[in-house]
This record gives sequence, C-alpha cells and structure tokens, in this order.
Amino acid sequence: MSEMRRVTAIRNGTVIDHIPAGYALQVIRMLRMDMNISTPVSLVMNVPSDKIGRKDVLKIEDRELNQEELDRLAIIAPAASIAIIRNHVVSGKLKVELSGELINIASCSFSNCITKADREPLPQRMKVVNQKPLEIRCYYCGKGQSLEELIENII
Amino acid sequence: MGDLVTMDDLSNDEITQILDEAERLIPVAEGRVTLPLLQGKVLANMFFENSTRTRMSFETAMKRLGGEVLNFSSIGTSVSKGETLYDTMQMIDGYADIAVIRHPRQGAAQYSADSVNIPILNAGDGSGNHPTQTMLDLFTIRQSQNKIENLRVVLVGDLRYGRTVHSLSHALTRFGASLILVSPPSLRMPSEIVSDLRNSGCEILETENFKDQLDSADVIYMTRIQKERFPDDDEYSKVAGIFKLSSNDLADVKENLIVMHPLPRVDEIDSSVDKTRHSKYFQQAFNGVPTRMALLCRSLGIDVPKKVK
Repeated sequence: MSEMRRVTAIRNGTVIDHIPAGYALQVIRMLRMDMNISTPVSLVMNVPSDKIGRKDVLKIEDRELNQEELDRLAIIAPAASIAIIRNHVVSGKLKVELSGELINIASCSFSNCITKADREPLPQRMKVVNQKPLEIRCYYCGKGQSLEELIENII
Repeated sequence: MGDLVTMDDLSNDEITQILDEAERLIPVAEGRVTLPLLQGKVLANMFFENSTRTRMSFETAMKRLGGEVLNFSSIGTSVSKGETLYDTMQMIDGYADIAVIRHPRQGAAQYSADSVNIPILNAGDGSGNHPTQTMLDLFTIRQSQNKIENLRVVLVGDLRYGRTVHSLSHALTRFGASLILVSPPSLRMPSEIVSDLRNSGCEILETENFKDQLDSADVIYMTRIQKERFPDDDEYSKVAGIFKLSSNDLADVKENLIVMHPLPRVDEIDSSVDKTRHSKYFQQAFNGVPTRMALLCRSLGIDVPKKVK
C-alpha cells in the first residue's frame, strides 16, 4: 500500500486503481475530465503493482463516478479497480466491464466511414470482436480500430 | 428483417435456397414467362454512386416480377443540397417497400438499414461489401461447376478496394474454398478480412505471381484496378494494367475452369478470352437478374413457387 500514500488519502470521491502504467492521462480524457475539472484530481504514475507490474492511480475528489462512466475505461483499463470513498471510508467497490459494443465512446478512425459524413445523426458504434487480445471494429464500416486510434478519437 | 448488408445476413441454407429460387426464375428473367409476384410493390434504387449492371439488373428484376421502380441518383437531388443519408432514407421509407443502396462511403448500407423500417439491400458501400454481386457470382459458379463447395478460387487484382471480392471471399470460405489472393502489395486484401477468413479455416495463399496459379484453379475471378478509389493518379499508374489474362494463358488450365469478372473491365481480360469456353462474365452479368429477383422476393417475404411455368 506504500505507493497509495504518495498522495494524501481523499475524504470523498473516487479512486481508480490498477490503470496500466502511462494511461492515467488517457483515463482522464476518457472520463471527459480534461476540459472541465471542477474538483481536485491527484495522479500517481508508474508505481509498482503486484497485479499488473506497473500502474497508474487516479484520485478524484468530491465526485462519485457511476458504472456507465467507468465502463468507458474498459478498452484501456480493463483491470482497473474502483473505490468510492465517503468520509475516508471505502463505501463501494466497482469493476469496469467491457461489453460487446461501445456506443458513443469513440468515433471511427476510417476517413471513408459513413459516420465521418457531416451531421449524420446515428450513434458511433464499435463492436468488441475479441477481448484478449483486444480487437475492436466499427459496427458500420467494419474497419479495425487500434487502441491508439480509439484514444485519439474519444468522443 | 429482410436486410442484406453483408453475407453474414444469410445462412448457408438460405444461400442455397436463394440460388435454387434464382434458377427457377430464369424463364421469368428471360421474359419467356410472366410471373407478377411483386405486383403492387415499389423498389427504390438509391444510387449515390455510379452503376450500370447492378442498377439495371435490379430494375429489370423488379419489373419482370410486376413491381415498380423509383430511380434515385444523388446528382440534382436534395443530397447535393447537403441532406444527410439518414434524412434521405427517411423519405424513401415512406415512398417504397424496399430499397437498394449503393454509396461511396463504407458502412452506408448498415447505417441505412438502421435508419429505416423497409428492407435494405446493399449494392456496394465504398470498399466494403457487395453481397448481391456475391449471390450472382455463386449462382454463376454453381451453374458451371455444379457445386459451390470446396473449390480452388483465384481472386485477382484490386483486393484492397474491391468490394465484390470482400463479400465473395467470405461466402466461398463458408463453403470450404481454398483462396489464392493475387494482387500487388499495395492492393492486398484488408487484414481484417484475411484474419476472418483464416479464423474460419480457409486455406489462403497471398501472392503477386498470377500466371502460376492458373492451371490448378477452378475459378479465376478477375477485378478491375479501380482508379476512382485511389488517393492520387501516381499510385494508380504504378499498378494499372499489372495483371492481364489472354487466351494464350488458358492452354493448360482445367477443362471446366471458369473466368469471371464483375465488370466493367478495362484491360485485365483480353477480348480473345471472350470466345473461349472458359469465359463466364457476360453470363454472370445476366445472372444478376434471376438472382436479384430471388433476393427481392426473400426480402419482401414473397415465396417463389416450386414450379415456375
């Protein structure tokens, strides 16, 4: 637990643990917190982890993330463990879940996909073809999407 | 229900059944027998991209079965004013009982199918899929080889952008084909498709050596290098005219080898091949009519009679 004390414990909020090392900033982006952070966020990067070797940790104060928000993380941090903290006590634990389809999480990377046309109203949909190794394709055009492309195209 | 976007929308049994129905419909396709199965039905031909054979054979198929056709082209319509595909399809949902769509963007057929209630038949979405072409290709193969199972098929040309070969390779794999993919390195079959085919147990050889593959083949499927899909002319000119088949190449091929092409051709099949017993591409173009008749009936839930007289 020593690595957890690199930043102070939070009173209320959400702790996201076991983020793959180097991905904490992407997690912040995926949670759409990069544009309008209104509460303190502490970030620990590249600390040792028994579970995944090296990991990043995020502590978000005064904000409890819900399951829908957390599931957005599934493509980059499938092993993340989440604790909801209330008054310094863990009041709930959550896991991210990678479902068979990602709706409106990332847009397709393929320039000639129908979803790249202006103003088309239907949602962005990605099919999870395989979990390990992760293989994700656009539901409409069928093009494979790399992790880097998905992160680049987060909605 | 009734959509045909990719070959995944049809089971092997359904494919066989549709081919059987198409065979029974040949006299109707030739205009020798009148069979108004689709009387009172309206087909919208939604072509956002050029087409000759596909559009006309769907139109003939619908009319031979007593139905009506609305022809749409994106030039001079609300699309050129900036209308979304979604909005255009909403309109068609109210005007027609079924729609055939061709669109330059990949995924447009699935997108349309999700936008409307009427059945959607994909007649080509960018470099994606072209399943109705695959059905007429399978029909042509079965006509000549008396089967579609366990064939050795050589697919030649633009395998990257060629949507006909994308759908066809999926279908042939399901019927146990071994595939020889002949293309220049820049036009190889997309990796997603090759991986899907291999995962389905298909034996695949990727090569640039065209002539070595001819003698063991049951089917040679030539495709045009599609100038319109290249980002620039330089890239196109590097590979244009790279594979050419002439009657001289057919000296030692199997007796019942067939040469197919979705057409239009440029210079990849010399006209000397036309008169050989192997050429099937004009027959293939006709086969679009009975096959698309059967597909229209399937999507509209109309049974094709067991005996057509």
